[in-house]
Amino acid sequence: MRKNLFSSWFDGILTVVGVLIILFIVWTVGDWMINQANWAPVLDFPLLYLVGQYPRDQLWRVGLTLWTTSFLFGMSWGNWGNLLRTFALALGIFLGAMALYPTLSESFTLNIRLALLLNPLLIYLGYLLGKRSFISGRIVLVLWLLSAVLTIILLSGLGGQNGLSPVLVAGMVGLVTIYIGYSIARHLFAAGRTILVVLFSFLFAIGVAFLVFLALGQIESTGVLPGVGTTLWGGLLVTMLLAVVGIVVSFPFGVALALGRRSDLPAVRVVSTAFIELVRGVPLVTILFMFSIILALFLPAESRLDRLMRALIAMIFFSSAYMAENVRGGLQAIPPGQEEAAQALGLPNWQITLRIVLPQALRLVIPAIVGQFITLFKDTTLAIIVGIGEILFIGRSIINSNPKFVQHQMEVFFFIAVIFWIFSYVLSSSSRQLESQLGVGER
Amino acid sequence: VQALQPALIIYPQVDDQNITKSSPPSEGSLQSRNSLLGTSFWRDERFLRIAAQAIFVIVVVGVLWFAINTMLTALESRGLSPNMQFWSQEAGFPINETTILDYDPTRPFWYAFVIGILNTLRVSILGVVLATVLGVIIAVMRLSTNWLISHIALAYIEFHRNIPLLVYLFIWFFAASSLPAVRESIIWPGPIILNQRGLYAAWPILAEGGVLFLIVLGIGFLASVIAWFGLRYIEEISGTRTFKWLVSLAILLVAGVIGWFLSGGQPILIDIPILGGFNYTGGLRLTPSFVALILGLVLYTAAFIAEVVRAGIQAVNRGQVEAGLAIGLGKYQTLNLVVFPQAMRVIIPPLISQFLNLTKNTSLAVAIGYFDVFFVGRTIINQAGRAIEVFIMIMAVYLIISLFISLILNWYNRRIQFATR
Repeated sequence: MRKNLFSSWFDGILTVVGVLIILFIVWTVGDWMINQANWAPVLDFPLLYLVGQYPRDQLWRVGLTLWTTSFLFGMSWGNWGNLLRTFALALGIFLGAMALYPTLSESFTLNIRLALLLNPLLIYLGYLLGKRSFISGRIVLVLWLLSAVLTIILLSGLGGQNGLSPVLVAGMVGLVTIYIGYSIARHLFAAGRTILVVLFSFLFAIGVAFLVFLALGQIESTGVLPGVGTTLWGGLLVTMLLAVVGIVVSFPFGVALALGRRSDLPAVRVVSTAFIELVRGVPLVTILFMFSIILALFLPAESRLDRLMRALIAMIFFSSAYMAENVRGGLQAIPPGQEEAAQALGLPNWQITLRIVLPQALRLVIPAIVGQFITLFKDTTLAIIVGIGEILFIGRSIINSNPKFVQHQMEVFFFIAVIFWIFSYVLSSSSRQLESQLGVGER
Repeated sequence: VQALQPALIIYPQVDDQNITKSSPPSEGSLQSRNSLLGTSFWRDERFLRIAAQAIFVIVVVGVLWFAINTMLTALESRGLSPNMQFWSQEAGFPINETTILDYDPTRPFWYAFVIGILNTLRVSILGVVLATVLGVIIAVMRLSTNWLISHIALAYIEFHRNIPLLVYLFIWFFAASSLPAVRESIIWPGPIILNQRGLYAAWPILAEGGVLFLIVLGIGFLASVIAWFGLRYIEEISGTRTFKWLVSLAILLVAGVIGWFLSGGQPILIDIPILGGFNYTGGLRLTPSFVALILGLVLYTAAFIAEVVRAGIQAVNRGQVEAGLAIGLGKYQTLNLVVFPQAMRVIIPPLISQFLNLTKNTSLAVAIGYFDVFFVGRTIINQAGRAIEVFIMIMAVYLIISLFISLILNWYNRRIQFATR
């Protein structure tokens, strides 16, 4: 204590000043939180903050996607070991705590609370299942892809003006199942039968897609999943959607751009570099704004995209450039000996990149990508400027909905800041763990 | 050629690309081999490279051409074919905050846009300077041996790094606009006056003869800088002390005194804001938007800069400090001559990207009503209905600012990297 706090008279003064500052801040904030703040704009609208205007009689669809996501996070945690542990646990605790949301609002029914409370359990069940040896990483990956398709179907609904068309969904499912078909075919046929494998995976995908198409047609005619337009989506749901889709979809683009920037073909290099530097040179706000206004002009009049879609594309566009720089960092960290060794073995160029360089480089950039995800997650708030109903937008609309709340904006901002803080802090601390486990810093 | 064909069968799997890749100098021999063997042109690597690039360029140009063409047709059908004529039309919207230049709604659009650029530059420059100072202070606190101080800095950093900047700006903007009304202003010594309409402070203005004073002072400043460098040169050559700081300060002081008398004794007046009617007049006035933007940006970016600086200082090996002390340097000298130059090499590159982030983040001003270039541009789009033209200009402004910052700092970076190795 003496050594840490009072090693000299100057240190002593600093300590005293520090204590005074802490006391002042704790006193002011505590006094405000308990005596002055009016938490009604935060406490009375739990569902708005979570899902926005999503139709209240269709909430089970959001709940179902949440369950599958929780379960898969649990499975990934069981499967990939401790890499995802912190995050999966934090997600469970967060969703469980959400069930205890201290609100008197009648819309936040007991069923919703129970549905939220089920998530930690599902994470644990997923963990138990994922630990089993017959669950391979590939199965988890396929399940994630399928759950992504399921999420899109559930959230948008089928048919009508706002829903998805079954043909489109069947096409998406088909694309995912090509990979499943390929995995099965690899087991069925001897090596070298490339044509058979390709034929089988395509036939398999077409078959599955057709079945899905028939099934979706049935579902559509029963009207269980009416279309829900994206203008009704909102709150944390949209925030998560923007961030997750932004980072996941930008990943392949980022890798392609990074490889393009290091390509020895001058034309490819120049175009990739120009794109990356151009996007990184301007603020995200301008890109969001450009897509919300100008994309409509660039595209033919028939292909009108809705507002959320345009914001998503802007996020992907923006994120790709930063992803490319992160991946390039990883590529540069791979010693040239690796490439030379592969060349000595006689591997063709594309195999060197795909099988030798990229797997090593991508492993190195995982922490950087988590960092980028945190930044992107925080940047989703900028979508408010083009009128997307993410959580900050919801907060401001609640403030504007009632003149009594105008004096209590601070409570809303404080609440939103706390939500972001928790997520980002958990992510960054699990990223730090990841970094030490991958040994990135030690090379 | 026919006779040499078997050579192809002997080396069937050797890929031309690999050979060039692993041994670029052998390009010549490869070419001669290709021509000798009469390789088909679709196996010739030179041809393939050109073909691949040609296809790539055609695709890129095609997509761009398609997009631009659709856009032009769409614009034409609305009677909005791109032209730059509208810039000279009357703007017709007010801007409540200007620097250097004056503005009123009768001015043309381009003039309003220039005001926007100046406002962006004002926030960026002030923000970068203040954030760097605060960032360094917090980094030093973080590295303090005092547990409490170090953890206060840690709490500050962790708090700011994990919340969205826009939410933070809203918090400050709300705080700035819920200050008391004009009649009940908070008055701090200075005087600095805080109320709903912003921050007012005493500010120096030039009196009659003030320009002359500034000119003389400027000449004096130049002379003192030249003297400092000259004396340092002498110091380095002869090894004797020349009191360079004292001499250059004296020159500056003398210049100041001369200027004072030349200008007639009262070159600079302090303008103090006075409550008159419904508002304070005179002195420096900053709008709540500006105060909130600067506070938010500086406090937020400082947390990131603090991490950069801390990492840089910690990257210097402890042995360096010990070695510095061992050869008899003082604590300050060790820091200044040993630790700092080495830390700078690590600090500068990420610091550049923090400066760029801050500059780009000034565009969030649009959410709290500060007229930066983006907000002005958006208003012009609404007024004139010219999205494309204004948008290209906005992008160009940000790109030029970004390019300028990275050029300056990259130049500085190269200089220190060279000087310390």
